[in-house]
Amino acid sequence: MQASVSALRAATKRVSRPHTRAFSSTLPAFQAEPLQKPILNKEFKIYRWNPDEPSKKPTLQSYTIDLNQCGPMILDALIKIKNDIDPTLTFRRSCREGICGSCAMNINGQNTLACLCRIDRNSSKDTKVYPLPHMYIVKDLVPDLTQFYQQYKSIEPYLQNDNPPEKGEFIQSQEDRRKLDGLYECILCACCSTSCPSYWWNQDEYLGPATLMQAYRWIIDSRDAKGAQRKEKLQNEMSMYRCHTIFNCARTCPKGLNPARAIAEIKLQLAAD
Amino acid sequence: MLSTRAVGLGPSLRQAAFAPARTHALALSRPAIRMALTKRAIQTESHPPSAAMEILNKQRLKRPSSPHFTIYEPQLTWIGSIFNRATGGALSALLYSFSLAYLFFPGTFDSAHIIEFVAGLPEGVKYAGKALLAAPFAFHSFNGIRHLLWDSGKFLTLKGAYSSGYAVLGATAVGTAYLAFAM
Repeated sequence: MQASVSALRAATKRVSRPHTRAFSSTLPAFQAEPLQKPILNKEFKIYRWNPDEPSKKPTLQSYTIDLNQCGPMILDALIKIKNDIDPTLTFRRSCREGICGSCAMNINGQNTLACLCRIDRNSSKDTKVYPLPHMYIVKDLVPDLTQFYQQYKSIEPYLQNDNPPEKGEFIQSQEDRRKLDGLYECILCACCSTSCPSYWWNQDEYLGPATLMQAYRWIIDSRDAKGAQRKEKLQNEMSMYRCHTIFNCARTCPKGLNPARAIAEIKLQLAAD
Repeated sequence: MLSTRAVGLGPSLRQAAFAPARTHALALSRPAIRMALTKRAIQTESHPPSAAMEILNKQRLKRPSSPHFTIYEPQLTWIGSIFNRATGGALSALLYSFSLAYLFFPGTFDSAHIIEFVAGLPEGVKYAGKALLAAPFAFHSFNGIRHLLWDSGKFLTLKGAYSSGYAVLGATAVGTAYLAFAM
């Protein structure tokens, strides 16, 4: 491959040099061979369920694609399958660079963003793609996140302060600002919440790691004045104390954040109240 | 009526009916003919916006729940947590059942009878039984200490969770061996 690349480069040079023959008129025998990558077939097993046939049980459907004709990420493979093989395959995607959180799914047993997850190029092993665990499925890889968003809404994720500064904006020291690092970067992809066994069993009442980390983000914000009320809302058996410091959330977060630590910090603050 | 709907004739017939008089049956417009001849593969339904919630709720009733612990990768984090709960439950069950048994049958479950019973067992069974009791006890105790450390704000990083997890496993192995063979 290296040789053919340099041959191609040489051919390009020849073209750009003045007073030489145009590439198009070169004898075919002297032209560089076009690169021909070997076929590298890989099997993807993808969770399928169609709401138009609700009585049919969800199944794993197998697709085989050539990795050398596909981008490097799982999302590239899904898009290739949808474009080339099966247009009915349904999944969410948008930014393809890990900032929108749309393509969160369970890939080879771990929740992550399909756009940030590289395809394992070992073609002897298949790659399994499931939707986020223990969620109601709208179709194929699309989970219903209504409850997740409602929970986020319930913690009132916005600045609340009845005494705004007389002039200009709220002033925050650099030290106070630094407390928000590692919290504000959350993109609400729901990878952490749906990796949490406590959230699997109690998602009707337990808020889950993503929402709780955002609750902490507002509790420790020096500009917010409703910290006491925010904490009061978590002071019950279910909302936060279903967290058993399992650490699946920190393990799976595609942004490398640590919801388990944030929840432990809230617990420490509540214990001191 | 049914048959026209089946072959998709409806729209074209309607169009023909409303067409001006000079276009007679043979001089139908092109789209109308095409519509009449081609069978439609997809039927669409029209719904008012107010019906949206009802349709959504109907779908919600039928939605499956995606698989969870059966497909999630086994990791020290959550498998350790499950074992913490299982060992805690098993140890409590043992304690309560033994206490209740002694309460109701003091003649059979007192210390003297149990010592006599265990003394009569073969060596291998004795050690296996001790290990079987010691392992959950050691694991649950050491993991309990790990939880206390977490609750006081220590080891709250992913690295901390893993290193403390492996430390608990190591301590469990040593503790089990000590309780089963050295005591």
